[in-house]
Amino acid sequence: MDLAVVELSRLQFALTAMYHFLFVPLTLGLSFMLVIMESLYVMTGRQIWRTVTRFWGTIFGINFVLGVATGITMEFEFGTNWSYFSHYVGDIFGAPLAIEGLMAFFLEATFVGLMFFGWEKLSKLAHLGVTFMVALGSNLSALWILIANGWMQNPVGAAFNPQTMRMEIVDFQAVLFNPVAQAKFVHTVSAGYVLASVVVLGISAYYLLKERHRAFAIRSFTVAAAFGLAASLSVVVLGDESGYALTDNQKMKLAALEAMWETEPAPAGLTLFGLPNLETRSTGSEIKIPYVLGLIATRSFDQEVEGILDLVAVAETRIESGVIAYDAVERLKTDPENLAARAQYEEHKSDLGYAMLLRRHVDDPRQADAADISAAAWDTVPNVPLMFWSFRIMAGIGFLMIAFFATAFVLASMRRYETRWFLRLAVLVIPLPWIAAELGWVLAEVGRQPWAIEGVLPTFLGTSSLTVPQLWTTIIGFTVFYGILAIVEVGLILHTIKKGPYARSEDQHPADEPVGPIPLAAE
Amino acid sequence: MELLLDYPTLRVIWWALMGVLLIGFALTDGFDLGVAALLPFVGRTDAERRQVINTIGPTWEGNQVWFILGGGAIFAAWPMVYAVSFSGFYLAMFLVLSALILRPVGFKYRSKRPDPRWRAFWDWGLFVGGFVPALVFGVAVGNVLQGVPFRLDSDLRSFYEGTFLGLFTPFTLVCGLLSVTMLLTHGAAWLTIKADHGTVRDRARVIGSVTALASLVLFAVGFAFVRFGGLGFSLDAGADIAGPSNPLRSGAFAAPGAWLHNYSLYPWMIAAPVLGFLGSTLAFLGIRMGREPLAFGGSSMGALGIISTVGLSMFPFILPSSIDPRSSLTVWNASSSHTTLFIMLVVTLVFLPLVLAYTAWVFKVLWGRVTLGSLRTNPDLY
Repeated sequence: MDLAVVELSRLQFALTAMYHFLFVPLTLGLSFMLVIMESLYVMTGRQIWRTVTRFWGTIFGINFVLGVATGITMEFEFGTNWSYFSHYVGDIFGAPLAIEGLMAFFLEATFVGLMFFGWEKLSKLAHLGVTFMVALGSNLSALWILIANGWMQNPVGAAFNPQTMRMEIVDFQAVLFNPVAQAKFVHTVSAGYVLASVVVLGISAYYLLKERHRAFAIRSFTVAAAFGLAASLSVVVLGDESGYALTDNQKMKLAALEAMWETEPAPAGLTLFGLPNLETRSTGSEIKIPYVLGLIATRSFDQEVEGILDLVAVAETRIESGVIAYDAVERLKTDPENLAARAQYEEHKSDLGYAMLLRRHVDDPRQADAADISAAAWDTVPNVPLMFWSFRIMAGIGFLMIAFFATAFVLASMRRYETRWFLRLAVLVIPLPWIAAELGWVLAEVGRQPWAIEGVLPTFLGTSSLTVPQLWTTIIGFTVFYGILAIVEVGLILHTIKKGPYARSEDQHPADEPVGPIPLAAE
Repeated sequence: MELLLDYPTLRVIWWALMGVLLIGFALTDGFDLGVAALLPFVGRTDAERRQVINTIGPTWEGNQVWFILGGGAIFAAWPMVYAVSFSGFYLAMFLVLSALILRPVGFKYRSKRPDPRWRAFWDWGLFVGGFVPALVFGVAVGNVLQGVPFRLDSDLRSFYEGTFLGLFTPFTLVCGLLSVTMLLTHGAAWLTIKADHGTVRDRARVIGSVTALASLVLFAVGFAFVRFGGLGFSLDAGADIAGPSNPLRSGAFAAPGAWLHNYSLYPWMIAAPVLGFLGSTLAFLGIRMGREPLAFGGSSMGALGIISTVGLSMFPFILPSSIDPRSSLTVWNASSSHTTLFIMLVVTLVFLPLVLAYTAWVFKVLWGRVTLGSLRTNPDLY
C-alpha cells in the first residue's frame, strides 16, 4: 500500500468536499428564505416583496450553479478515488446517494429552471409552489447525504459477508433512522439557515450603511433577523444532540475534541481552554467548568466519559480479537464451507475492522507482534489539537451567532435600522458561519479517522489503485479550475450587489416605498 | 426476509434499469450536450447564440440529473462496476467532470456581462462542456466492448493496468465519434423544435442531416469492427446466477466474435440495432424535410437503439476484463445484495413515475419556440 496515494486521495477529497460545502449551506438556507419572502409577496400582493424575492433569487442562482457543478464531482469521486471503499460498502452507502438523486436532486433541479424562467408563465401561487419545491428538494438532498455520512460514523444495520468480501445491508430501517444521521441532518440544515441569514442580513446592512435601497433592505433585514434567530438557536441545541449521539458510538471522537486523556470521575468537566500536547499525551493550562461535559455527553450525573488512554486500551483488545476474525475470513476465502472457520468468524466478527488497522504496519495482520498492535491501537486517536481547536472555534461562533441574531431581532422589532455599529458588525461577521460550517466537517471527518467507516474499514484501505502523478494531475487541475470559478463567482455576486435590487426595469419603483408596517415584525 | 422477486430476476431488472437511466440521460441531457456542442456553429451573433442557449436554458439542469442519478444508481445496484470503471477511467473521468462543470457556470455566468470576450469565452466553454463528455462517453463504451485492463485480487480490490492514451484505439474512436454524431443529431433535432424559423434553425438542419448520415455509417462500421475485429467474451456454462456477488467465482473467457452470439440465441434482440439504423434514418428524413416531430422522434429512437444494442450484445457482461477475464463483471456477479436491489426497486417504482410526471409538467409550462424577439422583451432569459 502506497501511503502517498492515501494522503493525496484524502487531500483531494477534503479539497473538493470543503469547496462544495462553501455553496451548499447558502442553497439550503436561502431557498427557504426565498419561500418566506415570496409567501409575503403572495399574501400582501405588494410589489416590494417581489423585488426582495427576485434579488435574493439572483444571488441564489449564482451560488446554486457552483453547488451543482461541484456536486457532480462528489457523486463520482467515491468511484474514482475511493474504489475499494465503494466496493466494500456500496451495498449500503450507494442507496442513499441514489435515493438522493431520485427523490431530492431531481425535484430541486427540475424546478429551479422554472423558478427563474417561470415568473411570467405561472400564477403567483403556482410560482410560490415551484420555489417551495426547490427548497424542499435541496433540503431533502441534505437529508440523504447525511444519512450516508451518518452511516459512515455509525454503521448500523449492516454486516460483513465473507462470500462477497464486503458489507451488506441487514436492516435498511436502521440505516434510515440512524440517530447519528438524524442529529447531523437537523444540525447541518440549521447551520445552512444561519449562514444564509448572515448573508442576507450582512448585504442588507451594507445597503443601509450606504443609504441605498432602504425599503428593500429593511424588509430583507427583518426576514433575516427572525429566521436567523430561530436557526442559530436550533443549530446549537441540535449540535448538542450530535454530541450526545457521540457518547454511544464515537467515544474517541468526543474524547479527542475535549483533549481528555484520562477518564475523569463522573460527571466530567468541560474544558473551556487548554493546550493539548501529543508528546506527553496530556493537556496543559486547562480551564474547566465542572460537571458540564458529563451532563452534556451522558445526560446524567453518574456516567463516566471515557478518556483517550482507556479507549486506546480497548482498541488494543479489539485488534487482538479482530485478528482471529481476519484469520477466519482468510480461510473462508479458499474454503467457504469450513464450519470451524465460520464459527470462529461469527465469534469475533464485530472486531474484523480493527484487524485491518494492522495493515498499515504489517502486510498480514496474523503476523503482527505486540509493537504493531500497540501502534495500530494508537492509530485510533485522531488529531487531538486540530479537533480541540476546531470544536472551540465552531462552538464559539455558534454562540456568537445567537447573540448576534438576538440583537438584530430586537433592533428590527424596534425599527432601529440605523444602528450603525451593528450594521458594520453585520458586514464583518459574514465569513464566520462559513468558518464554523467547514470546521464542523473537520470535526465530523477528522474525528472519525483512522476510519472511513467507523470500526469497519480504515481510510487507508479505501483508496483506488492510482499513482501519485495521476493524483497530482487531478489535485492541481481541480485547484486551478475551482480557484478560477471561485474568483468569477465572488466577482459576479459583488457585481450583483453593486447593481442592487432595481437593476431590472420592471421592478423599478417611482419612489422608494415609504416604510410601512412590516408583516413579519408585526407577528 | 422473504422478498417478492428472486435474486436473478432482480439482477436482470437492475441491468435493464441501468439501461433505462443511460437512455434517459441520452434522450434528455443528450440534446443539451448536442445543443451546447453545436452552439458556436449554429449561432454566429450574440442574439443567435442567446437563442440557442435559451432553447435549453430552463431545463438542462433537470436533465443533467439523469447523469448524476446514473452514477448513484450504479453505485447502489452495481457497486463493483462503479468502483472498477470510474477508478480505471480515472483521467478520462476527470476530463468529463471538468467539462460538465463548465456547463452550469457557462449557462449562468455568460449572460451576466455584456462584454463580447467574456461571452465568447463561455460559448467555447459550453462547446467543450457538450463535445468532450459526448466523445469520452463513446470512447469509454468502446473500451468496455473491447474489455478493460483490470484484475481483482482475493480481497476484490481492483488494479487497473491501462494508460490514458491506451483508451484511444481505432474502434473506440469510432464509438466516440458515433456518440458525438448521435448527440449532435439529437441536439439539432431539438433546435428544429425549439428555435424560431430563421438562420439558427437552418444551420441546425444542415449540420443535423450530415450527422444523422454519419451516425448511420459509424454504427455500421462499429458492427464491422465487432464482427471482424473479433470482440467478445463468454461465460462458462452453468454459471450460478443466484450466487453471491463475487466475480472470482464465475468463469469468464475471451471469445472473439461472441458479442454477436446473443442475436442468434435471442433473435428478438435484433430489434435494437434495427431501431438504431431506422431511427437515424428517420431523423435524417425529418431534419431534411423540416418535419420536427419526425426529426426528434427519429433521433430519440436512434439513440435508444444504439445504446440498447451495446447492452444487449454484451449481456450478461457489464465490464469484461481484457487482461484477466476471470475478473470480468457480469449481471450475475457484480450486483448489490438481494435486499438492496429489492429496496432500490421499490424506491424507483415510487419515485421515477413522479419524476417523469413533474418533468413533463415543467416542459409543458415552458413549451413554445424561443424567438429572437422574445430575447429582447423577456428579461428573465439568459
